[in-house]
Amino acid sequence: MIGGLFIYNHKGEVLISRVYRDDIGRNAVDAFRVNVIHARQQVRSPVTNIARTSFFHVKRSNIWLAAVTKQNVNATMVFEFLYKMCDVMSAYFGKISEENVKNNFVLIYELLDEILDFGYPQNSETGALKTFITQQGIKSQVRPHGTKEEQSQITSQVTGQIGWRREGIKYRRNELFLDVLESVNLLMSPQGQVLSAHVSGRVVMKSYLSGMPECKFGMNDKIVIDRQGKGGSSEDGGKSKQSIAIDDCTFHQCVRLSKFDSERSISFIPPDGDYELMRYRTTKDIILPFRVIPLVREVGRTKLEVKVVIKSNFKSSLLAQKIEVRIPTPLNTSGVQLICMKGKAKYKASENAIVWKIKRMAGMKESQISAEIELLPTNDKKKWARPPISMNFEVPFAPSGLKVRYLKVFEPKLNYSDHDVIKWVRYIGRSGIYETRC
Amino acid sequence: MKWEGTKAITAPTTPVTENRQFGSKMTDSKYFTTTKKGEIFELKAELNSDKKEKKKEAVKKVIASMTVGKDVSALFPDVVNCMQTDNLELKKLVYLYLMNYAKSQPDMAIMAVNTFVKDCEDPNPLIRALAVRTMGCIRVDKITEYLCEPLRKCLKDEDPYVRKTAAVCVAKLHDINAQLVEDQGFLDTLKDLISDSNPMVVANAVAALSEIAESHPNSNLLDLNPQTINKLLTALNECTEWGQIFILDCLANYTPRDDRESQSICERVTPRLSHANSAVVLSAVKVLMKFMEMLPKDLDYYGTLLKKLAPPLVTLLSAEPELQYVALRNINLIVQRRPEILKHEMKVFFVKYNDPIYVKLEKLDIMIRLASQANIAQVLAELKEYATEVDVDFVRKAVRAIGRCAIKVEQSAERCVSTLLDLIQTKVNYVVQEAIVVIKDIFRKYPNKYESVIATLCENLDSLDEPEARAAMIWIVGEYAERIDNADELLESFLEGFHDESTQVQLQLLTAIVKLFLKKPTETQELVQQVLSLATQDSDNPDLRDRGYIYWRLLSTDPVAAKEVVLAEKPLISEETDLIEPTLLEELICHIGTLASVYHKPPSAFVEGSRGVQHKRLPGSAGSGESVDSPDTGSAAGVSEAPPAVIPSQGDLLGDLLNLDLTPPTATGPPPAPSSGMQMGAMDLLGGGLDSLMGDESEPPPIPLRTDTPQSPQLSHQSPSPPDYSPTELGGDLGGSPAMGAGFGAPAAAMPATFSAPVSGGLDDLFDLGGGVGMPMGAYSPPKTVWLPAMKAKGLEISGTFARRAGVIQMEMTLTNKAMSVMTDFAIQFNRNSFGLAPAGPLQVLTPLSPNQSIEVALPLSTVGPVMKMEPLSNLQVAVKNNIDVFYFSCQYPISMLFVEDGKMERQVFLATWKDIPNDNESQFQIKDCHLSSDAASSKLQGSNVFTIAKRTVEGQDMLYQSMKLTNGIWVLAELRVQAGNPNYTVSLKCRAPEVSQCVFQSYEAMLKN
Repeated sequence: MIGGLFIYNHKGEVLISRVYRDDIGRNAVDAFRVNVIHARQQVRSPVTNIARTSFFHVKRSNIWLAAVTKQNVNATMVFEFLYKMCDVMSAYFGKISEENVKNNFVLIYELLDEILDFGYPQNSETGALKTFITQQGIKSQVRPHGTKEEQSQITSQVTGQIGWRREGIKYRRNELFLDVLESVNLLMSPQGQVLSAHVSGRVVMKSYLSGMPECKFGMNDKIVIDRQGKGGSSEDGGKSKQSIAIDDCTFHQCVRLSKFDSERSISFIPPDGDYELMRYRTTKDIILPFRVIPLVREVGRTKLEVKVVIKSNFKSSLLAQKIEVRIPTPLNTSGVQLICMKGKAKYKASENAIVWKIKRMAGMKESQISAEIELLPTNDKKKWARPPISMNFEVPFAPSGLKVRYLKVFEPKLNYSDHDVIKWVRYIGRSGIYETRC
Repeated sequence: MKWEGTKAITAPTTPVTENRQFGSKMTDSKYFTTTKKGEIFELKAELNSDKKEKKKEAVKKVIASMTVGKDVSALFPDVVNCMQTDNLELKKLVYLYLMNYAKSQPDMAIMAVNTFVKDCEDPNPLIRALAVRTMGCIRVDKITEYLCEPLRKCLKDEDPYVRKTAAVCVAKLHDINAQLVEDQGFLDTLKDLISDSNPMVVANAVAALSEIAESHPNSNLLDLNPQTINKLLTALNECTEWGQIFILDCLANYTPRDDRESQSICERVTPRLSHANSAVVLSAVKVLMKFMEMLPKDLDYYGTLLKKLAPPLVTLLSAEPELQYVALRNINLIVQRRPEILKHEMKVFFVKYNDPIYVKLEKLDIMIRLASQANIAQVLAELKEYATEVDVDFVRKAVRAIGRCAIKVEQSAERCVSTLLDLIQTKVNYVVQEAIVVIKDIFRKYPNKYESVIATLCENLDSLDEPEARAAMIWIVGEYAERIDNADELLESFLEGFHDESTQVQLQLLTAIVKLFLKKPTETQELVQQVLSLATQDSDNPDLRDRGYIYWRLLSTDPVAAKEVVLAEKPLISEETDLIEPTLLEELICHIGTLASVYHKPPSAFVEGSRGVQHKRLPGSAGSGESVDSPDTGSAAGVSEAPPAVIPSQGDLLGDLLNLDLTPPTATGPPPAPSSGMQMGAMDLLGGGLDSLMGDESEPPPIPLRTDTPQSPQLSHQSPSPPDYSPTELGGDLGGSPAMGAGFGAPAAAMPATFSAPVSGGLDDLFDLGGGVGMPMGAYSPPKTVWLPAMKAKGLEISGTFARRAGVIQMEMTLTNKAMSVMTDFAIQFNRNSFGLAPAGPLQVLTPLSPNQSIEVALPLSTVGPVMKMEPLSNLQVAVKNNIDVFYFSCQYPISMLFVEDGKMERQVFLATWKDIPNDNESQFQIKDCHLSSDAASSKLQGSNVFTIAKRTVEGQDMLYQSMKLTNGIWVLAELRVQAGNPNYTVSLKCRAPEVSQCVFQSYEAMLKN
């Protein structure tokens, strides 16, 4: 299991050092600094073995988190734990920075004591931790420790089946917010052929519900719709087209997985507040909101002509926002002349790219930029690698076609019903890695 | 001993978090800053302050100093004094300090015991748990003694939070003092916790037990049976994500009794594949991959399961890059074991421009593994794209991948080659070099198909600066020397800086020039002589010198043989390169998700001590000691269930043998060796050139006695797995003079005898290079002895030996003319003999034998001649005629010449035969002073067609069961006992014709001691 956990600043100075196992000595702290942080060459693996000691590291801004072990640990678990640790810390004090780590070091030690015991991860749900961690993050509200009943409630919650929610939550207004956040990824060849495309989506929920509500979530999952279609009357063709094929999905630990496996129904008792209900991935019938058509022409050795057309491919009533097209330029670029029909374009020498920004663009429209790039003659034999043109945008629909069909809430003990809950649903599609080769 | 000095905490109080003022909120970092002299003194004062707030601040400062590595152990008593507080926050800080320094101050640490013991009784479960958790972290003997009682209570605490903490504490205590844990009976209590009502307690108990069990490989601590498994599976649905990982990892160690149990566990584990935590997913994959082995392949469920595995594996690739890396390393293993799972998912492994380099490299690896005819076009287009990226390592790997695609998918070879040519045109140095290295492999795979590109390659000769690329280019030039007009010039250009080249290039250059010489002998004598002298005289590298001598000698003694050796047909290279060796792969599959699967190494390679030393294997094949079946047959659990039931009926010996370890795969006997028939006539081909080459040599060059590192010589450079080259045999035997053509005086009589045999020995070694490690060393052949002395035969001396080469028995003779006149018209005849040996053709002495000249003759023998039992059995009477007279002599052949290649008996047949042959026919012999290990003996014997069928180890004594078959169909069974450290072997032979036993034994002795 995890033998120790260190946090370093960008210079390699230790900010936090917590050793759980006797086989990890103080020299391990230095070994990582010398061999990884101060390494001459860029480190090429997130797992490093130094003198039979394995180091797992992740970086958050310029802070290094390293877990150390001498055993054959579950590597996936260690990384998952490190991410979770980052989440917990962010939940307590916001951004993970040297400043914040130093300001909260006592808190971090207390957290580390609680969520890792002898190197075994224990409960890491922030909601539960906040009930019994004595140190308060600089952001959090003060919550005094309660009575004896409350103590035992804490322990049973932390260890129990529903470790993510405490009992006795009350709201005057029962309300929930559902966000379907999708990032659409594309890799397209210069000729416009889709090399790979997928949507990775998340359903994020904010729940302000009283008691221990039992929820059921439904979406236009093809498998479910087809099943229902069989049972009932054959629905009109238009509707079955509305369903989507989900390649795979994963759920927050509150979801009863065995029930999903057998009935494909998503039922759960939600944590209080913000959390991510599910993640999913689709690859079929994706709506690609934008099409990028590049045209690069090399005019002699010192000039490049680039023309890029973007076409928006969705209902004309909808508006895409925050559109940004990034056109890479060669390292030896000396000057760029730009003409664009819409938005603003700029050559950024430090980033070796032309950045073209458009605030808003409606569906079924088209826009174009042309650039003349002047190059300095070089002796470099290697040709310019032509990195792909990438794009960023935000659209108010789900490119996968996912639709929330229902979210039912039952709380048998308290007197509010599904109808009394105010529900909000929002769809946001963003670009993930949206690249077109040129 | 009881410590009264400290005041116990009275009334239980609820911990109160101090309401820190807003102003102090941003101030924790200040503790990091102070580093002044006298700091310790100041801290001491503050720690003893009456004000709570000040105390707490002081402890925080102490902890900050501790973190940055300052020694604050001097403050130990002062900090410990702060421990008795009702302030939970302060208490936690003090505990943190204690855990760090208790070990260095054991005597003072004892001061804390009382507080711990008191805290373990606290009404607040959080405080009880905190106390027992911290106590377990203090590795001081005196404290652990006090820990036992509180721990016992906490293990049975009413509060699950305390119990789950206590469960882990048992593992801590076990790490400090294993004996104590056993004596106190904590292990049983821990086992009971597996049935606890709280899922987290179960999970922690499982984690603790798994860890303890790892250091006791043979205990059945984790006594997994269907009942406990059921409990674990129930807890699996309810506990935290981490708990699920502990439970799944533990489940993976279980071996279900049958395929039905296996299926039911799989059914209950599959829902975990949808968990958001990747570790839960991968651990579930591990369980499924392992238990799948037991499912019959024709089962519907098996197919369903296969389909269910792909999506979660793909989803792992959208996780954070570090997790992607771990997932990819694991997918690499999974794809090797079960390629069908991901065969349609090629696209998800396409590299994204912004992927970290470690992700890119891993994806590339998997792309090659998944490449097939169906997707090759896409893959190639991608690879071409990658070859223009920035990262040098990645580009190189991409170029190499194109070559591997060509080798893997024949239909794509042409496209791959043209892609590679395009890349060469870019003139980017490292791309060109990498391309040349892979094109060499493509030439190997598809000989005589793409040679048209050689011209393009040659253009880039000057730009190659990496040894591997230079060696590859030289290999190409040598291999296709006849098609390259200026091959000699090209090679000569390399020769100038011969000594500055790396060994790899030197060896390749040597071979290439010898190839060139054999192809164009007339123009290149000077060149070959130059390289031979560079290699043998001016080099310090033993490998290079050895290879130089071998070539030199080959060329001087028998250019035809040299041609056959050096220009021998090369085995095809395999399609799948760098696959993980199957047994390791199986072990790694059992470690999916762990570090072992990331490193692709067994845990024993990087974990110290006893932990992780146990090798895990996949289930599937029944029969405990047997080696695991190959992947293709491994999952037929239903079939493998059957044999055990049959065992008892076959008697004891059968039972015994079923438990034997199989010896390593016996391959196919010695690789086909070209006949080393030494035809004098062939000399004429090269004739004078060679003479002049050798003529300069007045003294035989010094010969190295042995090579130091068995580095693979030239032939092996191209073969996928470098074979073991046996340097001792070669070096030891090469004692003779290489100067063949030069006339010798008195010692000439003895010379040929000592000389020719070693050469053939050397050849054997070269031929063996084609095989893999552990291949037989070639048939044993005794050294030549004088059969017919010159005195008895009017000046003709015949010395000779017998050898079995590529299934043909040969009588190898050296005829020496010691008379004053020329001898001609040689012929040979055998008398009838025990095994019907007869010449298979006439004696090939084509040229007249001049005075003082020797000639090597190899006479192939058949075994279909007339039979007459001789005494001794292996006696052979021979008549040789020449233009002078007829001469008679008799000689004895080693019976091992008669062992045929298909002498490997089936195990079952062996058993039956062994039992069938009456015990009277058994004879036992001792072989003294033999120092081989059983494995070495086995492989040595195998070279002479003595096949090891099974091996068993009883009390340090290895028993090899072997069979051999004579040309006349007589089977001989043997049991060879080898005891480590004892140079005396015992061999028991059983045969239906017991007369041969004595001869066989003699052969055994000769083969082993050779």
